[in-house]
Amino acid sequence: MKHLFALLLLAGALPAAAQIDPVLLRRVPRDTSRLQLNMDAVYNRPFAQPGRLPVALGGYVEANYQYAATDGVSEGHQFQMRRLTLFISSSIAQRIKFLTEIEFEDGTKEISLEFASVDFEFSPLLNVRGGVVMNPIGAFNQNHDGPKWEFVDRPVAATQLLPATWSNVGAGLYGKKFGETWVVAYEAYLTNGFDDQIISNAENRTFLPASKRNPDRFEESFNGVPLLTTKAALRHRRVGEVGLSYMGGIYNKFEDDGLRLDSRRGVQVWALDLATTVPGSRTAVTGEWAWVRVNIPEAYSPQYGRHQAGGFVDVVQPVLRGTQLGFAKAVLNAALRLEYVDWNRDRFAETGGRIGEEALCVVPAVSWRPTAQTVIRLNYRRQWDRDFLGNPPARTAAVQLGFSSYF
Amino acid sequence: MRLHTYVTGPGLRRSAVAAAALGFMLASCELIFPAAPADDAVLDGPVAGLTPEQHAQFLRGDVAFNDEVFTSRTGLGPVFVAASCGSCHAGDGKGHPSTTLTRFGQVDSTGNLFLARGGPQLQHRALPGFQPEQLPAGVAHSRFTPPANTGLGFLDAVPDQTLLALADPQDADGDGISGRPNWIQAPGYVTERPVTRTRGGRHLGRFGKKAAAYDLLHQTATAYNQDMGIVSSYEARDAHSGQLADPEVSNQTVLDVVAYLKLLKTPVQREPRHPDVLAGQQLFLRIGCGKCHTPELTTGASPVAALAHQTVRPYTDLLLHDMGPGLNDGYTEGTAAPAEWRTPALWGLGLSPNSQGGSYFLLHDGRARSFEEAIRQHGGEGQASRQQFEGLSAEQQRQLVRFLQSL
Ligand code: HEC
Ligand code: HEC
Repeated sequence: MKHLFALLLLAGALPAAAQIDPVLLRRVPRDTSRLQLNMDAVYNRPFAQPGRLPVALGGYVEANYQYAATDGVSEGHQFQMRRLTLFISSSIAQRIKFLTEIEFEDGTKEISLEFASVDFEFSPLLNVRGGVVMNPIGAFNQNHDGPKWEFVDRPVAATQLLPATWSNVGAGLYGKKFGETWVVAYEAYLTNGFDDQIISNAENRTFLPASKRNPDRFEESFNGVPLLTTKAALRHRRVGEVGLSYMGGIYNKFEDDGLRLDSRRGVQVWALDLATTVPGSRTAVTGEWAWVRVNIPEAYSPQYGRHQAGGFVDVVQPVLRGTQLGFAKAVLNAALRLEYVDWNRDRFAETGGRIGEEALCVVPAVSWRPTAQTVIRLNYRRQWDRDFLGNPPARTAAVQLGFSSYF
Repeated sequence: MRLHTYVTGPGLRRSAVAAAALGFMLASCELIFPAAPADDAVLDGPVAGLTPEQHAQFLRGDVAFNDEVFTSRTGLGPVFVAASCGSCHAGDGKGHPSTTLTRFGQVDSTGNLFLARGGPQLQHRALPGFQPEQLPAGVAHSRFTPPANTGLGFLDAVPDQTLLALADPQDADGDGISGRPNWIQAPGYVTERPVTRTRGGRHLGRFGKKAAAYDLLHQTATAYNQDMGIVSSYEARDAHSGQLADPEVSNQTVLDVVAYLKLLKTPVQREPRHPDVLAGQQLFLRIGCGKCHTPELTTGASPVAALAHQTVRPYTDLLLHDMGPGLNDGYTEGTAAPAEWRTPALWGLGLSPNSQGGSYFLLHDGRARSFEEAIRQHGGEGQASRQQFEGLSAEQQRQLVRFLQSL
């Protein structure tokens, strides 16, 4: 009955909402006075605040066309609705704020709560954040919004090696110290962590993203041991940003009901991220490299590597700025992404040779930004995937044309 | 006049430009999207002339064989050698030492004495928390490198009588080469061939290094069970506990995989008309290689029209030959003697490096790293032709090897 009432109320409210005059939607001013780090990306987004509502809304959408072929075999022409993401933020009180990010991936195939945290600011150097947080490993994980990138695909190293978007329930601290031309920041969180799917999955390789398939992970830790994620970042106004992050924990169920099942097996990740803009040419360079180490039982399948590494570097060169097709501040960019992932850096016990299981990609791109919030991008992806045995690689090429925009 | 301008005037230039542009687009299409490898460069792919229904089953089997990776959640192990058919038979080609399996415990036709201790196959890998099998001290054992899985439907459709006609168990013709079938105990679930020959209730085996598998269902059900620890209704006992267990793969999937294997095309010879290849082929026959590596076999009746009454060139007689003490590991299967091995098919041989990680691993355990090495290890019934090979000039040896590479 109560539900019915709520529904009716909602039904009444909807047409009204649809008639809201757009001028009543206040754009929430972004904080541009201070140096922004990757960690600020969650709040540093375009939000709009309807009327006197205590919440601000935002989001982004991205869709594309793709034609891809591997060794002459293609799935044909594809139209892909990659994601629709909604943000809701609210300043609960003077120094208490809330933000959530809800993502619909591939239509409604995957619906996930990527972020839902309350932040308490005690001082710039001491903030407490709790809820569903994005573990600050590398930079992409926290700074992943589609419209910020010139490429249709997310980096392989960020999504297939590191598990972006990787968020978990937990809590932690963060803070910043500002200087004249620089800012340093730290973050440290304890959250739920990985599970044994990282070494037991249909990819047949050590695969950290496999843990995202555990539907219970927002409610229950797989083994009761928290995952620690920490990051230190430094940004200089002219030079750019560098971040160093670590994430480590236990991934297996070593005991159940007080009975011992296995020894504790750890997973550790280190990541280094860099971002800079070359002053004269305004060439933006963004890159990230990660190293993964997993403790795998001695007698287990060698398909599951103990060591992994990989990363990407994006170079974006604005080539035309100014009024284009009636957009006053449009920018046309040429861009290039290079990426490499080695999922198994071990050697064969039998021959001493190197294990394959690696991918190399080169993605030249052209992107056009009619406004800072919207990007239309044309990508050409070349990818070489080498199997476990190191046989001649499967060759893939794709042409992608799509857009990504905040709204 | 009009016609004249049309042919030589700007119109022509325009159409020439259009034609050039079209040509460029077509040519660059090849550049933009990697072309499919030539038919003679890969082993996988179906036999020509299949019905849509057969194509559909081939595709289902292809997915189960190449893409289905078992994990602890889907029944892998608890002890196993690998997690998917495709990880040992990459691209349907020969395997690598890391996918080699070990069999142990049988020294003569009286059977395997180590069935209660994990025989006949060593599962030397285990899920976390489980102990893998250990080779019992001093036990007779042999290591088997995965063979290529090509043209198997044709080998399966060769009538028993053909193989018996090739056999010469007492060496009646006095050429030093006998060749005899492995008379094996076929499991109850196999379907007998239309005209099947038995000896003392035993069937004529034809698949596997020792020809100890009756047909592709026998080979497949055993592979699921012994290689991956996957129980089926055909091989219903768990490899670890020895107990009857619930099936972990459906009959339909097993049958789809069998159909896939059956419908794999035969390898296509490369440069069959090259003078060196032709000269090598002559030498191959002249020095008696073809007495065991029988160039041609003809299939009999088959429910699959595309496989019935076809002549193929596998270079095997599917019979056992005593290969001398060098290749005698002391272990055997069925009624084969330990020094006896089934003649391996040589088709597809030249493509082996594409699935063996870039180099050759030949003979049953991959011990030979080149064709010359493989030939030099032929002893016993193969001794005479090996000596003849050694008597060839360097140029002739090169031609013979060139021929083997073309297969
Ligand atoms: C651990 C590696 C491994 C796995 C996994 C594996 N195989 Fe094999 N396969 C081999 C080896 C080694 C042989 C040779 C075995 C023998 O001689 O009995 C073989 C032989 C075969 C043969 C016989 C080919 C011939 O020419 O005689 C077939 C068919 C086959 N496998 C199919 C399969 C199927 C189907 C699967 C999955 C259900 C599978 N294999 C899984 C290693 C493997
Ligand atoms: C008496 C029968 C016989 C004769 C004659 C013979 N072979 Fe073989 N050949 C075999 C058998 C059986 C094997 C498998 C032995 C093993 O795996 O240990 C084999 C293996 C091979 C292999 C390795 C194949 C693989 O898949 O690993 C090559 C290459 C080969 N033979 C070439 C030749 C050539 C060339 C000649 C002529 C000089 C020849 N063989 C003569 C029976 C014979």
